[in-house]
Amino acid sequence: MAFYETVFIARQDLSAAQVEALAISMTDILTQGQGEVTKTEFCGLRNLAYTIKKNRKGHYVLFNVDAPPTAVKEMERQMRLHEDILRFLTVKVEELDVNPSPLMQTKHTRERAFEPFEGQDPYASFDKIKEDDDEEGDKE
Amino acid sequence: MSNVPTTRKPFFRRRKTCPFSGQDAIKIDYKDVKLLQKFTTERGKIIPSRITAVSQKKQRELAQAIKRARFLALMPYLLD
Repeated sequence: MAFYETVFIARQDLSAAQVEALAISMTDILTQGQGEVTKTEFCGLRNLAYTIKKNRKGHYVLFNVDAPPTAVKEMERQMRLHEDILRFLTVKVEELDVNPSPLMQTKHTRERAFEPFEGQDPYASFDKIKEDDDEEGDKE
Repeated sequence: MSNVPTTRKPFFRRRKTCPFSGQDAIKIDYKDVKLLQKFTTERGKIIPSRITAVSQKKQRELAQAIKRARFLALMPYLLD
């Protein structure tokens, strides 16, 4: 069996319970195909970066899947047919991440599991680097 | 050549290192919007690696991650 990560976006006017039911029905399809969903994350209602089928917001749900490809294919087919699902993406991964995904880290849980640069923003210096490049150009 | 002012402070090249290589490397994840946004312009375009110093291999991964995030409407294709 292979590891997959599936994210799907459900329509904004579904209730949380309906989204949950939808996630369970998709999980059922996988389990029927001898697959397994090791983690389900409900990332809540998020603003979409652009409108999809006239929706400005969507419920994001993430699955960590350990299933044979046939089961995943069947789930994707059902997702394509389902009118409440705006979009989905399945990615094959080397290993499944047990930690909560960055999608879950909203404003109240902004704390990262680890801070690689100890609070300082490693990319704050990008503009500075750009200036340096200009300077390099001047020199010639 | 000789007309370069001598008072000019010497040019220091900043040591650029790839933020995704080395021992305390950050993992590239298409779901980590906050991270990916640092590698796009305010218009939403991907910043070239010659500016961000991301290595060739990691830049390919990064571009893939940004494109996935765009597909999932986590990031914009374009902003104006």
